[in-house]
Amino acid sequence: MDAGRLTRGRPVATRGVLEARTTRAGSALGPNFAVRTAFIWPALLVILFVSIFPLFASLYISLSRLELARGGFTFHFIGVENFRELLFGGERTHFLGVSRPLTALGWVVLVAGLALLCWGLARAWRGGVSLVGMAFRLVGAFIGAAGLWLLTHTLLSHGGRPGTVVVTLVYVAVGIAAQFLLGLGLAHLLTQGLPGQRFFRVVFLLPMMITPVGVAYMFRMLTDTSKGPLEPLWAAVGLTDFSWVTSPWGARVAVMIGDIWQWTPFMFIVLLAALESQDLETVEAAMVDGANRWQTFRHVTLPAILPVCTTVILIRLIEAFKIIDLPNVLTNGGPGTATESLSLHAYVRWRTLDLGQSAAVAYSLLFIVTLVAVAYVSLLRRRFAEE
Amino acid sequence: MSSEVSQRLRKRAVRHPLRRRSIKDLSPLGKLVAYLILGSWALVVLFPLYWLAITSFKLPIQVNKGPVYLPFVDFHPSLDAWHYIFVDLRDDTLRPYVNSVVVAVGSSALAMLFGSAAAYALIRFPYRPRLGVIGLFAGCLVLAAVLIGFGVSPPLAIVVAAACFALLVGAVGHRFKRALSNRDIAFWMISQRILPPVAVVIPIYVLFQHVGLLDTRTALVITYAATNLPIVVWLMRDYFNRLPWELEEAAFVDGASTFRVFRSFTLPLSMPGLVATFLIVFVFAWNEYLLALFLSSANAQTLPLTVAAQNATRGPQWWYMSVLIQIMILPVIALAIGLERVISRGLLVGAVKG
Repeated sequence: MDAGRLTRGRPVATRGVLEARTTRAGSALGPNFAVRTAFIWPALLVILFVSIFPLFASLYISLSRLELARGGFTFHFIGVENFRELLFGGERTHFLGVSRPLTALGWVVLVAGLALLCWGLARAWRGGVSLVGMAFRLVGAFIGAAGLWLLTHTLLSHGGRPGTVVVTLVYVAVGIAAQFLLGLGLAHLLTQGLPGQRFFRVVFLLPMMITPVGVAYMFRMLTDTSKGPLEPLWAAVGLTDFSWVTSPWGARVAVMIGDIWQWTPFMFIVLLAALESQDLETVEAAMVDGANRWQTFRHVTLPAILPVCTTVILIRLIEAFKIIDLPNVLTNGGPGTATESLSLHAYVRWRTLDLGQSAAVAYSLLFIVTLVAVAYVSLLRRRFAEE
Repeated sequence: MSSEVSQRLRKRAVRHPLRRRSIKDLSPLGKLVAYLILGSWALVVLFPLYWLAITSFKLPIQVNKGPVYLPFVDFHPSLDAWHYIFVDLRDDTLRPYVNSVVVAVGSSALAMLFGSAAAYALIRFPYRPRLGVIGLFAGCLVLAAVLIGFGVSPPLAIVVAAACFALLVGAVGHRFKRALSNRDIAFWMISQRILPPVAVVIPIYVLFQHVGLLDTRTALVITYAATNLPIVVWLMRDYFNRLPWELEEAAFVDGASTFRVFRSFTLPLSMPGLVATFLIVFVFAWNEYLLALFLSSANAQTLPLTVAAQNATRGPQWWYMSVLIQIMILPVIALAIGLERVISRGLLVGAVKG
């Protein structure tokens, strides 16, 4: 752990570029061990005490049940019971959802997805991947297939109902796709040299800064069909008695619209900066060579900003899984549990003092985020960014 | 000042060809369509805010009888709701507001202090913690946990574990070969962002309950600082990396201490980066909801929590809610309008280098 002392005496040549640069500070003029410790240890300690230790404690809690004892409570170890409950027991409906026989569309999607997975595996096999790599891919493909089975059987089936896992995945997927396309489109329009850019930039940034709780509340006002501003519109189509928040999909769509409204600015602002900093000579060269607008965008601009695109999507991917404010305030998780995200599910369990179950849900969320992030990075980012 | 001018000149020189080309190329119809799209998104962004603003000036009856859109035309604006929130509920409004300010500023300052120091160190000094030593450290932690589990008193268990660790490192520490680089440490710190807060909040809750800090601002400041630390390390590492090393080197040659160089050279030079990062972290802390939901109840309640709670109890009382939400989001909106460029640049640094 005392990094500084162990460093001494290492040959400079074995170090990377970064280290070679720092060595000048480190060897002749650089600070001693105490100073180096003072610089980095506060941050390490904070992370250790507020992230790492709680993470392990949380694992223990997820494997236990809270029991009231004299003068407080104790955690009684019960093994994987909490997780079993979530996956196969009484909480299954809440967590995973209700699966029912597939519709025709469900079959098409399931078969197509499985075929895609098999194709990917076959390609990797023929491409000469090592045995360990292949084993990893097999595990990944298996998890992917399981996820696909769950998604199709709860979303595209006769009478199936999605649980919090599926709802969270839907929020993330729909939200990010819409935010990315909107953000890219708006950013592209703003690089066309139109007057009034500054105004649009500031306006488009706004939603991102606004407190999500406030956003949730605003959309609750706006989606009200009898007192909201769109009342004439609802009246015209005869929907005044309809309430978004009483229909499961209506409520979910309301949450997704709020999320898209709030987070499109992030994509927009980063993509705008990326577009502004691209090399203009290649764009001009393409135009001179007779490429039209779309071709220029598709073959010159898009490849240039692809690394930034993959990074912003990754950032949003990680953050989007944490969604809780919008469903909690906008719909209270309802109707029933229809709009609950995984974070909200964990909170609801915590409120009923079922700490073990709550930690198990939270751990499942961590597992899913990590899985999706790793899959995303290894599938897309590496391929595009290192071309 | 002069660098700003030259930057602007350079930007103009580079931008100009594209701008001319674009205007020439975009047909009047194309321009119209572009403005229509931009305008409609601006409307989508601004309308909810407008609705929020006018609702706060409505009387209950004006809200309940159906939507009215234009003040002075459709309805007569009144200050009743504002009066109620600021005069009748004065302390109930003020307390969460003060909490929010203290927690957001305090946690951001703490995160900036620790985060930028760590980011600087990771850029300038070599660290090579050995994997084996880290493993020993983890093992001794497990030992301490097990001892506590078997009923040994916590201080004693920690002392025993620390002694074991010191002995083992002294005995076999130098034999370990594989080590982590600065890059690995930075990646580890930044990757903390993947962690959903809900996965760690329960033990934090139990911990703060044990030390009697539950429902205090201190608890929130510490927790927020920890969740925002990865962002600070991530952004500031990049800013520091761009500073010229020669300047610092010269100061070192003159015999200045590391702390002095950091304080009087590095920090002033990276002021734009510090400001941008502080603002981003501040907004995150200001808007935070989940951790506050778990860790505070009455005393340390922050604004988002107050608003959410009001929403449950006075859901249909939209006029009061609108006032509360406006006072909650006004500071961040002001920041966004005033410092749009600073914030966008800060975000970009992260995303491009990430």
